Amino acid sequence: MKARGQALVLLAPLAAALLALFVLPQLLMLEASLGRRSAYGLVIHDWSALNYLRALDPLYVRVLLRSLGLAVVTTALCLALGYPMAYWLARRVPRRRRSALVVLVILPFWTSFLVRMYAWVFLLRTEGLLNTALAAVGLPALNLLYNDVAVVIGQVYGELPFMVLPLYASLEKLDRTLLEAAADLGAAPRRALWRVTLPLTRAGIVAGSLLVFIPSLGAYLAPDLLGGARTVTIGTLIQSQLVVARDIPFGAALSFVLTLVVVALLVAFRRPLRSTWSA
Amino acid sequence: MRGALGLHGLRKAFGGVAAVRELTLDVRPGEFLTLLGPSGCGKTTLLRLIAGLETPDAGRVVISGRDLTDAPPHRRPVNTVFQQYALFPHRTVAGNVAFGLEMAGVPRGEIAARVEAALDQVRLDGLGGRPVDQLSGGQRQRVALARALVLDPDVLLLDEPLAALDLKLRQQMRIELKNLQERLRRTFVLVTHDQDEALIMSDRLAVMSHGRLEQVGTPDEVYERPRTRFVADFLGVRNLLPATVVSAGGGRVSLRTRGGAPLVALDDGGWPREGEVWVGLRPETLRLSADGAPAGALRGTVEDEVYLGDRTEWIVRVGEEALTVSQPARGSAPVRRGDTVAVAVAPEAVLRLRDDEPGA
Repeated sequence: MKARGQALVLLAPLAAALLALFVLPQLLMLEASLGRRSAYGLVIHDWSALNYLRALDPLYVRVLLRSLGLAVVTTALCLALGYPMAYWLARRVPRRRRSALVVLVILPFWTSFLVRMYAWVFLLRTEGLLNTALAAVGLPALNLLYNDVAVVIGQVYGELPFMVLPLYASLEKLDRTLLEAAADLGAAPRRALWRVTLPLTRAGIVAGSLLVFIPSLGAYLAPDLLGGARTVTIGTLIQSQLVVARDIPFGAALSFVLTLVVVALLVAFRRPLRSTWSA
Repeated sequence: MRGALGLHGLRKAFGGVAAVRELTLDVRPGEFLTLLGPSGCGKTTLLRLIAGLETPDAGRVVISGRDLTDAPPHRRPVNTVFQQYALFPHRTVAGNVAFGLEMAGVPRGEIAARVEAALDQVRLDGLGGRPVDQLSGGQRQRVALARALVLDPDVLLLDEPLAALDLKLRQQMRIELKNLQERLRRTFVLVTHDQDEALIMSDRLAVMSHGRLEQVGTPDEVYERPRTRFVADFLGVRNLLPATVVSAGGGRVSLRTRGGAPLVALDDGGWPREGEVWVGLRPETLRLSADGAPAGALRGTVEDEVYLGDRTEWIVRVGEEALTVSQPARGSAPVRRGDTVAVAVAPEAVLRLRDDEPGA
């Protein structure tokens, strides 16, 4: 009972903050999503599911699917780039140099996400650094900005640390003698990677992938800045409904759909996630 | 030739610190050989050199007649039981045992049968479906054994396999391992720091110190005739004394310890005619008596008495030397601290010990 009382005291501030800053706004949003837009962009509180029916319009479903596709590609690229990097950090770099390199992984967080996305604009635009370099060696300029490629580049760059850190943690605590045992039992290094290292770092893979996938799905800044007007994602759609179209109820309904997708994902992956936290 | 293991002039250093120095050893097919030594003597490094988990700086590793010095671990007909077992936590008991067979490309149906047979062999039948984290220490040890044996290795390496078990289980597993090896007739190379383990299980044991072999021989050879001061000390020869040869002849060698006690040893040809030697006396070969000392016995004073249940140990001061004498608890002389006693030393119990290898 004592431990329980202590838990209540320790968790009370967080619970209060979550209630005020997450649960209440969500309830307000839920209420708004059931309403109707007034002529002046306010909410008329007569409840119906019309906004949700509207969200099922193929036009909007396509936007959601596009966002899912971009998030999948972003996550896959982060995994492909992050796993070798985390592997190298955790298993090849001498212990005393590791923490310095891990600091480098999180160094980008010292600058705001917005500034970093603008930096990509300068790198990728027609007169940008990349195209200037191409021109200098006599190559034609490339259309790098304001398309899906640019969005994925920005997202991968921004989310990569969230992939690398959990992977690094799981690779670092992987017992080296298990790989020796695998070699001793006849596994060549590549097979040991597939049969021992990857399965035993599955928790890190799942955690990293979710940490990248979820923010990528609802991403707004990168699609807005790097994707230009033609790239509509669920994030930019919600933003435009709330700010441009002044349709708060529909924007709220879209937000709720996004939240439901994320919750569904967390439920689907709850088992490997649990092993992340218990391992 | 299968199961023969030849180690020729092996050397291995870590960051300038030698772990194995110029070591040569031949293990016969079907032999149970134990590498015995204190921690840091290089025995585990030697085992890892055989497994291919370390690469020697110099020397050759020949397994079953093939020079495999440069072969990676997964291409060696050798399997290891690791000290902490190194079981795969993401696999069941059967999955662990099947791992090596899967790597070898054995067909599925055959894997199932061989896994079952291997689990049977270590008396784990019926536990194949268990996750390994639900096993006791003894069961984990058996899984590690089955996982290695199922591949029918030419040489099985065991790195302190019993160290993590409690005493009772350890004693039982010693016998079980020995029986298993005798049944399979496979070459076993075991690493341990436990002399009882080495004496009970081995056909031959190799005592290591500072990366070198001090002595290789059958358990009784090594126990009864330790070659060096180090081996004698490690195998419980508690009295190590520097002495001078006074005279030799007639099958006897007369010695005087540095502390002034006279000793007579049986001359088996291993004694010098003169000069300094090291002498070893096992506590249990010495006889203690209160009075009526037999001729030639050493006279001394009891300094301390330590009761150990099945036996009692006395520390007896003889001149400058303090000798440890061990007697069975029953039927030993009623001797007390401060008593003047006689310590009888049989000539055949006086061990001549060589100095440790240079550089050790």
